Amino acid sequence: MSTKVPNQKAWWLVLPVVVLVAFNAVLPLMTVVNYSVQETFGENVFFFEGVKWFEQILHSKRFHESLQRQLLYTAIVLAIEVPLGVAIALAMPRRGPWVSVCLVLMAMPLLIPWNVVGAMWNIIALPDIGLLGRSLNALGIEYNFTRQPVAAWATLIAMDVWHWTSLVVLLAYAGLSAIPDAYYQAAKIDGASRWAVFRFIQLPKMRRVLTIAVLLRFMDSFMIYTEAIVVTGGGPGNSTTLLSIDLVKIALGQFDLGPAAAMSLIYFLIILLLSWVFYTVMTRDEAN
Amino acid sequence: MSLALRNVSLRIDAATHIYETSVELAPRGFNILLGTTLAGKTTLLRLMAGLLKPTRGAILFNGKDVTQVPVRERRVAMVYQQFINYGHLSVFENIASPLHVAGVRAAEITTRVARIAEILRLSALLDRKPAELSGGQQQRTALARALVKDADLVLLDEPLANLDYKLREDLRDELPRLFADRECTVVYATTEPAEAMLLSGHTATLFEGRVTQLGPTEAVYRQPIDLTTARVFSDPPINTAQVIKSGASVRLGDSVQWPAEGPLASLPDGPYTLGLRPHHVQPVNGGNLPDGVTIEGRVSIAELSGSESVIHFDLLGQTWVSQSHGVRGFKVGTVAPFRLDVRRSLYFTAAGRRVRAASL
Amino acid sequence: MALVRLSSLRHSYRAHVQADADWAVKRLDIEWANGTANALLGPSGCGKTTLLNIISGLLRPTEGAVFFDERDVTALAPDERNIAQVFQFPVVYDTMTVYQNLAFPLRNRRLEQGAVDRRVREIAALLDLEPMLAQRAAGLTADGKQKISLGRGLVREDVNVVMFDEPLTVIDPHLKWRLRSKLKELHQRVGTTMIYVTHDQTEALTFADQVIVMNEGTVVQAGTPVELFERPRHTFVGHFIGSPGMNVLPATFDDGVARFGGDVVELATPARPPASAKRLELGVRPEFVRFASDGIPVRVVRVRDSGRYRIVETEAEGVTIRLLLTEGQLLPRGNAKLRFEPKFTQLYADGWIAS
Repeated sequence: MSTKVPNQKAWWLVLPVVVLVAFNAVLPLMTVVNYSVQETFGENVFFFEGVKWFEQILHSKRFHESLQRQLLYTAIVLAIEVPLGVAIALAMPRRGPWVSVCLVLMAMPLLIPWNVVGAMWNIIALPDIGLLGRSLNALGIEYNFTRQPVAAWATLIAMDVWHWTSLVVLLAYAGLSAIPDAYYQAAKIDGASRWAVFRFIQLPKMRRVLTIAVLLRFMDSFMIYTEAIVVTGGGPGNSTTLLSIDLVKIALGQFDLGPAAAMSLIYFLIILLLSWVFYTVMTRDEAN
Repeated sequence: MSLALRNVSLRIDAATHIYETSVELAPRGFNILLGTTLAGKTTLLRLMAGLLKPTRGAILFNGKDVTQVPVRERRVAMVYQQFINYGHLSVFENIASPLHVAGVRAAEITTRVARIAEILRLSALLDRKPAELSGGQQQRTALARALVKDADLVLLDEPLANLDYKLREDLRDELPRLFADRECTVVYATTEPAEAMLLSGHTATLFEGRVTQLGPTEAVYRQPIDLTTARVFSDPPINTAQVIKSGASVRLGDSVQWPAEGPLASLPDGPYTLGLRPHHVQPVNGGNLPDGVTIEGRVSIAELSGSESVIHFDLLGQTWVSQSHGVRGFKVGTVAPFRLDVRRSLYFTAAGRRVRAASL
Repeated sequence: MALVRLSSLRHSYRAHVQADADWAVKRLDIEWANGTANALLGPSGCGKTTLLNIISGLLRPTEGAVFFDERDVTALAPDERNIAQVFQFPVVYDTMTVYQNLAFPLRNRRLEQGAVDRRVREIAALLDLEPMLAQRAAGLTADGKQKISLGRGLVREDVNVVMFDEPLTVIDPHLKWRLRSKLKELHQRVGTTMIYVTHDQTEALTFADQVIVMNEGTVVQAGTPVELFERPRHTFVGHFIGSPGMNVLPATFDDGVARFGGDVVELATPARPPASAKRLELGVRPEFVRFASDGIPVRVVRVRDSGRYRIVETEAEGVTIRLLLTEGQLLPRGNAKLRFEPKFTQLYADGWIAS
């Protein structure tokens, strides 16, 4: 109900941002679209190929395998991080001196540069000299992430959970803090069990915040590159070659600009589609 | 300063928030906007301030069209229901803030703030932050900030609604005094009819985006132009019933009737809606009506406060409310006699327009 | 249904109490009879919500005990006390329907389905919620949600006390009076002991049979609405109750005779102010002041019309005296004379009644 008196002068302030975004996002995107429908042999000579690259990618076995790996990865990561994050947020104190301590502890993993995170986990998981790797082997578990695909996956997932669960925790905590005390008091008086309080009060009230958390984690984990490549480099073999790693291999490794550009666009559209699906499903009840 | 709205209406998307209105507000005294929540009071205030632009029509300050003038350039002050103060500034700085923005010299700021603080009894609290003040003190700070800049138009949007009952009474007494010697137009929005009456001045009753009546408060109260206005201006709600005028008498139901005297005599025969305020329905025992039209109703709820009794009773399938001085015992479920003060009844046509007030 | 008794109760929010002001609730003993409608009335910060939370078990008192009938419930948790509480803003389980909301407390106590259904429908009928039973609770208006809150409290048949913490705060003003009447009707029909906390004297006096007026953690006066109105024991009660509040005028007392200015004022009962009293005042409500042909000379200063009656402000000896005139009563202009009804005029020494 609030339409402000229109003041056109503000548009001038937006101009520098528009220029920046144009250079950093719109133009490169257009370039990629351009490459995706053309063939080049270097020397700036381009031949229009239409949808040839798109068909090639969509039919390639290699692409399907990376996509499957990526979907599996994102599914596992979401399935662990979201419940775990909520559980930790529920356990954190809401009042008192420990609140700031907990919040700082939770924020710390998020502040570390991503390649450092990757490097950390790489070193710690080394089977011969890494603290984790060596301990696991000493306990009798055969663990070598450079050789075993399962170990490599486990290491990647452990790293992602360690790095990003905090985000879910902080978001869920914010959502929980917004619940007025009266709800807990009423639940106590109604004789509700701990589970009922969670199911009927906390979870519904956290809905909006959890939607944001899930969307963010979905998009970031689907696009993961830096941490994964520093830890496993895509190996052993191509067992942890996730979608973005594969894309970079094609684009920079083989210098196939056409297929790479086409794959980028397909990648972009997949994320867009899945995000939209997630969002619609999670907010459908609010529209009622 | 005189404020006028000429053919102002507001439509947002498909919904009309304010229907075409033309009002002229009095330059002195309170201009009260009375209506229920969502009637359009806040919208109208924002239109006057310039925070909203009308879809059609013009806003005139002293005859000059200011509809396109941005808020910043109008000399307007607004006080809200929630005590809006700058939390990080002291009371002094809060009150001084509009003067800072206007570029007033420091020495003058100090004198003006001191003067306003004195009037609003905030002089001892100038160093405190708003969070350290009580609700009443916070609202007085907001008021001080609105008054210090000597605006031409002061808009108050239910400023007392969030305060304790007694505090509301005290501040309500103070408000007319505050504005008594100022040259500004004051517009005050409220949902309570009693508040409108106590502040006096002029009242515009609003209902669902329409101004139903505008006039001196007492006139709007005693001679509402239609049933909607009478309803808006009643708390507890006005009693209504269908009556029939035929010949020389007015009949309610089958057994109750009274002579159609005075202004009623010239009324054409036919059905009408009778409007009778709760304090014009008095219990026979102990009420202030020694004689008159008597009806009998079954008591459903008896609310007895220390000084008065509000009795709900059923008559002819309808619930009536009686409000009388003094406390008396009423047993729920029993049938009790009540008197109607028909000298003060209002009569409305089927369409809702008032045709007669039995006495003026 | 139960009798509620507070014994030697005191509460402070501070871990170490140093001064008297640190007590949110100062020592008090209160007893509320079984089945009565009661109110705790006082300004913000007077300790009424603290007291309510102590009774419901959400707060453990620093000292003293709470009894329901003969049982000491001080150590019991809220769900063990069999109480119901309605908060300032509606508390409903958004994801459930109205029916499920009302059934929730009964289901938690493992009642069988038939009994649950019967009871839910009974309460829904009482609160006019029947047409909305299948709707989602989130979709109702504020007063609908408050009714659900209330219903959840009443649905258990063995409720000892129902408590209200300023329940009409978020209700639209034009619906407030309807819900208020509904609460009164509910008490008439259900008959449970009820305690209603508010700062609004109209709400308190219309709802309750017994009102306790609190200020700064202490009970100033407890009594029926009539007693509080006709014979306030403290000037605070006189001011707080009644709209407008009681007139408090400076007075003198010599030889058993009270005077205002030079004029003798007759009192309800003979006054006995303590000799050490520093401040003597006369208290008389505007409802009991009348214009008369003979009496205290005053000057009429201001008249305000509130619809039902007019509030006349007069001035004498630098003090404002208010009185009420109904429609039809004549208003003298300029100078006039006032008479106070002796039956309702009292003398106060340092705020407390001295007659």
